[in-house]
Amino acid sequence: MKAGIVSYGAYIPRYRIAPKTIGAVWGNDGEAMGRNLNIRAKSVPGPDEDVITISVEAARACMAKVSIEPTDIGAIYVGSESHPYAVKPTATIVAEAIGATPVLTAADFEFACKAGTAAIQTTMGLTISKMMKYGMAVGADTSQGAPGDALEYSASAGGAALLVGTDHVAAEINHTVSYTTDTPDFWRREGQRYPSHGGRFTGEPAYFKHVVSCAQLLFKRAGSQPQDYDYAVFHQPNGKFPVRAAKQLGFKDAQVDTGLCVRDIGNTYSGAIMVGLSAILDEAEPGDRIFAVGYGSGAGSDGFDITVTDAISKLRRDATPTVKRMIETHEFIDYATYAKFRGKILLREA
Amino acid sequence: MTQAIPRFWREIQSRYNLVGSKCGSCGKVDFPPRAVCPDCGRKSIGKMQSFKLCGKGTVVTYTTIYDAPSQFDMQKPYVMAIVEMDEGVRLTTQLINVKPEDVKIGMKVQATFRKLGQDGEAGVIHYGYKFRPAGS
Repeated sequence: MKAGIVSYGAYIPRYRIAPKTIGAVWGNDGEAMGRNLNIRAKSVPGPDEDVITISVEAARACMAKVSIEPTDIGAIYVGSESHPYAVKPTATIVAEAIGATPVLTAADFEFACKAGTAAIQTTMGLTISKMMKYGMAVGADTSQGAPGDALEYSASAGGAALLVGTDHVAAEINHTVSYTTDTPDFWRREGQRYPSHGGRFTGEPAYFKHVVSCAQLLFKRAGSQPQDYDYAVFHQPNGKFPVRAAKQLGFKDAQVDTGLCVRDIGNTYSGAIMVGLSAILDEAEPGDRIFAVGYGSGAGSDGFDITVTDAISKLRRDATPTVKRMIETHEFIDYATYAKFRGKILLREA
Repeated sequence: MTQAIPRFWREIQSRYNLVGSKCGSCGKVDFPPRAVCPDCGRKSIGKMQSFKLCGKGTVVTYTTIYDAPSQFDMQKPYVMAIVEMDEGVRLTTQLINVKPEDVKIGMKVQATFRKLGQDGEAGVIHYGYKFRPAGS
């Protein structure tokens, strides 16, 4: 028996800031920085948005596409590295807000940018084993780079939710594999406001080693080749890494284009590959095959070989805005507004 | 502004999911929910049902807030509106994703989920509905 994606939903905040605007504040050539990162803009959460509101919006968009009772969901896991509470689950609030309480299990996951894909694998196991009918996996973040840090040009906000189960499967997950090692390329210590990273160390020994190794394992497990897939999506910390990894693996630009949302919204961390996958599912046709490999610093990759089924045409894909539409619906802000929204200005306690 | 934890917790169903009440005697919908129907009085006792609003409504009237409570300083100027829900009941809410000058009476709006406030940096965070232009 195989599990798969029963429904999906994404959410991207409407505010954007351009690399040029950020660079102007720090005396850098922001336009060049944006070109190098292959990022035109990054999404910014409003002052009343956080991982909980983004997760709820994504979860509601996911449930709006199907006629499944929320009480049939047996588990909700929310993967993020920017949960608003250090102690107090995001997942319970999501569960309450979609009407899935009280007979379910819920927890928050953390594995840098791949906590959402770890949640997909967990819900696959729980549904294949018949412990429950459906599980929901959410990946969402509102991560920040320290002011002036290179990360500030890419760290953005967004998320997606997948309903996973073995019935009414719109996209079957044929295979999943993971590749994990202890690699300290990016971290945030308890109590620290901003994350730290190993600069160029985040590239070859971290992102590329794990993504490429996981992808090769997945090819082997599935007995497939790049040309067998209609779409490929990778974790996208910037617009450069996934394009290079895809090329290295033998994928063509056309296979990667649809899921490469980072160019217009930046790096949504735990949301990144799941938002990319949602963009693909927005347009995918029955029979389409999707290759997806996520990455989380610290470090690990989760890979998925997915085949879209006939049931995708039964999803109400127009019930909520598509990823493309959310990318197009935006409002650019200046750095001062961005600093205000992101709490970078010190205030008196309200 | 500090709010007792149980006070907000009791209202979670209404704040998150727009759950009101419907009188089993006359069918009147109320939001927030009531224990007794204001029209039917004692006839409604034991007949009040939980009722979830669909989340869609129309702006009846609105005002723009320029001098905000300290918790809302980051959002000003912002719009507060009275919205008539499709079920006929009215509620007061903040309108988001729209500039004050673009708000119109009669505008179609829909509920969304946002942070409403918090009891300081170390306190509980409160979530609930705000409204945005329909289809935005």
